[in-house]
Amino acid sequence: MTRHRGRGMASINYPIGMNLGGDPSQALVHSNPSGKFTVALSSIDLGQGMKSVTRQICAETLGVPVEDVYVDTADSDTGPHCMGSFASRGTHRVGNAVMAAAREARGVMMEAAAEELEVNAADLETDGRGNIHVKGAPHRSISTKDVAIAAQFKQGKTISGRGIFLVPLSEVNPETGEMSPATCYAHACLVAEVDVDDETGEVAMVRMDSAYELGRALNPRLVEQQLVGGAWMGVSHALYETPEPYYPDPVHGPRDFVEYLMPGPGDICPHDIAVLERPAPDGPFGAKGPGEMCANPVLPAVANAIFNAVGVRIDDLPITPEKVLRAIKAQGGARPQARR
Amino acid sequence: MSKIPLQFRHNGRDVAIFVDGGTNLLVALREMIGDMTPKFGCGQGGCGTCSVLIDGELHLSCLTLAETVGGRSIETLDGMKQGPHLHPLQRAFADHFAAQCGYCTPGMLMAAKALLDRNPSPSRDEVVEAISGNICRCTGYEPIINAILAAAGGRVSA
Repeated sequence: MTRHRGRGMASINYPIGMNLGGDPSQALVHSNPSGKFTVALSSIDLGQGMKSVTRQICAETLGVPVEDVYVDTADSDTGPHCMGSFASRGTHRVGNAVMAAAREARGVMMEAAAEELEVNAADLETDGRGNIHVKGAPHRSISTKDVAIAAQFKQGKTISGRGIFLVPLSEVNPETGEMSPATCYAHACLVAEVDVDDETGEVAMVRMDSAYELGRALNPRLVEQQLVGGAWMGVSHALYETPEPYYPDPVHGPRDFVEYLMPGPGDICPHDIAVLERPAPDGPFGAKGPGEMCANPVLPAVANAIFNAVGVRIDDLPITPEKVLRAIKAQGGARPQARR
Repeated sequence: MSKIPLQFRHNGRDVAIFVDGGTNLLVALREMIGDMTPKFGCGQGGCGTCSVLIDGELHLSCLTLAETVGGRSIETLDGMKQGPHLHPLQRAFADHFAAQCGYCTPGMLMAAKALLDRNPSPSRDEVVEAISGNICRCTGYEPIINAILAAAGGRVSA
């Protein structure tokens, strides 16, 4: 029995969102008389942080503290339309819609403040701490709360805004099939190191090193959380998970969490991540999206690492010990490739 | 079928309920006590999100017959917070972004508490072992392991 160390890499271009139907999302922003703002979305936060990031985008655009913004998601009965939380589109598509809605709401808020301060709205600025004042004369100031009260009870204005983000639908060239399905791409490169046991066929993750270029990281901790968790899911798809191990034959399919294999806390490996920020021209504050792509490069990188370790090329996922062993046997033993 | 009277301590408070024979502890806690913090994941001991402490020991409430806990002390996530103050483990989970969808979190926290209650300074391998019966889909486990180690080392924010 020998354990062979192998290294493999993969790099990807990942489109943010999709083209079908123009991939629209809407957002509505309004203030309450308390001066706090509510963002209404039909998008869903599955735990990836959509609420946090849209809250940041709204607060930054309005010029108010982040604590003054509440995000209400996932009610398609009462919220404006959204295509959904998938395709890494949340931050980019929904974020753009929130930004547009907040910009319109800010316009109304500044007009209402101008009326109270008896100045031109163009001469006003927000301080990001809940106040609006005359540029260069901070003592001529009004709180966003007082503006909201005046708008509601005196001026008869709703401080609100509507936003939508819609990508122009790309036509398909009938001659070549060419189209432009996405406006924004994120990029990644990942190097995986594995140990392959040529007696059992088992593959153990040793370490991963990755670099992700995903526009501006609006919330770096949330980005890191996505990349760490997503890489685990990539390992799981590469080596463990399948509902039909002998597809199309359904035999030996898992029936529960005990039989549906996934890497446990003892199967993970160190993962060093570099995040490169190159702001996207059409992203909210330059953001793209770290969603699905954080799992994707792991699969080819692991497959390449196994080839590098024992010389077998497995192109069928997941790469189970059985497949590795059969392939090693078919080629008459492990053939470690050159280390690069 | 006749109901079985059952008394036990739930997060330091005495409770008394009537259960049907065969009712599992998870159902008793959620539907009769109203404590929704233990989650139903698989109902057959495969995922760990229903984990609770019985007399300080980690158990899967979905596989525990309610009638076996008479007179015993049950701890759930609902009892972890002291008034407005989060338990250091909860604080550490928040600091380390150790939850995403949150469905595994109650079980992870109970497994971590069971560990730290008997071993306040665990090694990384001991933490891994302690949560190995709990499945997480989102985090990749690394942030959870780091959070538990930080809580054990007293490295949590106020």
